[in-house]
Amino acid sequence: MAKKKLKAHHIERTWCKGCGICVHFCPKQVLALDEHNIAYPAAPEACICCRMCEYRCPDLAIEVECQET
Amino acid sequence: MSVKDYIRERFFPHMWCPGCGHGVVLNAMIRAVESLGMSKNEIVMVSGIGCSARISGYVDFHSMHTIHGRALAFATGIKMSRPELNVIVPMGDGDALAIGGNHFLHAARRNIEMTAIVMNNRIYGMTGGQFSPLSGYAAAASTAPYGNIDHGFDIAKLSEAAGATFVARTTTYHVHELTRLIRDAILHEGFSVLEVLTQCPTYFGRYNRAGDAPEMMETYKNRTVAVGSEKKHQDPDLIERGVFVKKELPEYCREYEKVIEKNQQKQT
Repeated sequence: MAKKKLKAHHIERTWCKGCGICVHFCPKQVLALDEHNIAYPAAPEACICCRMCEYRCPDLAIEVECQET
Repeated sequence: MSVKDYIRERFFPHMWCPGCGHGVVLNAMIRAVESLGMSKNEIVMVSGIGCSARISGYVDFHSMHTIHGRALAFATGIKMSRPELNVIVPMGDGDALAIGGNHFLHAARRNIEMTAIVMNNRIYGMTGGQFSPLSGYAAAASTAPYGNIDHGFDIAKLSEAAGATFVARTTTYHVHELTRLIRDAILHEGFSVLEVLTQCPTYFGRYNRAGDAPEMMETYKNRTVAVGSEKKHQDPDLIERGVFVKKELPEYCREYEKVIEKNQQKQT
């Protein structure tokens, strides 16, 4: 299977409620909460495109865009 | 595909609390429907009352928001008149097994083809954290500040005894399993029950010092095991996940169709 590479994290800032599920369960500590308590990709270069943040987000606020390499 | 193709974006952000597990179920359900390649017009979502029941308002399928506990009765009517539609009934633990307990038992007994998703957060969230029939012994709630003295139901055993032909359980932590089981439940030809352990950090988590949403999901990860696991023998308090029942029995709508056909032939 081709390895996936991150293109971008699309985060709906008005939908995110800052529960921290994505931050807590990210295996590579890519995401963090900003000063407004909204998720943002703090270390996007570490992202392995597992998309667990997208699958677990209760607010449907994250979409991880990946490309095959 | 995008999750946004299946939701009514105008109602977002949704009304659930930060970290509420119902959102995770909505997320997984959309992915399950998408993976089945179903058209939005083939699906009807019927719900009752409660936080969990609000899920039907957020999806861009045919939807019906009905009265407390009676979603399965409305869904039965829809399925009987339009058996070609896929009927999904999302319910809370109180909606399904307290207010709608009788409807739940009889829908299971009839084996009518529909998917009952019971989001078990062990509390009545919308009305202020009262204990539900799934809270369980010693759980704290706004109506049980000294600990609940009621014992909880086991949804899987109850559904099996009532006659459901597909019974499964998972949690909001196990999202891939959740998506797969929703898919299997929709595909099953008969009454399917999927219990999803769903965190309510606002009430259940706060009253029972279970932590915030990620911590409650960690508990689902650590305190559940796959069905048939050896670990369950060593620690009987662990909760089993997976498919408990999957069997073929005559389905209600098809049986009813046979009755009609047989009697129409007699008359002509």
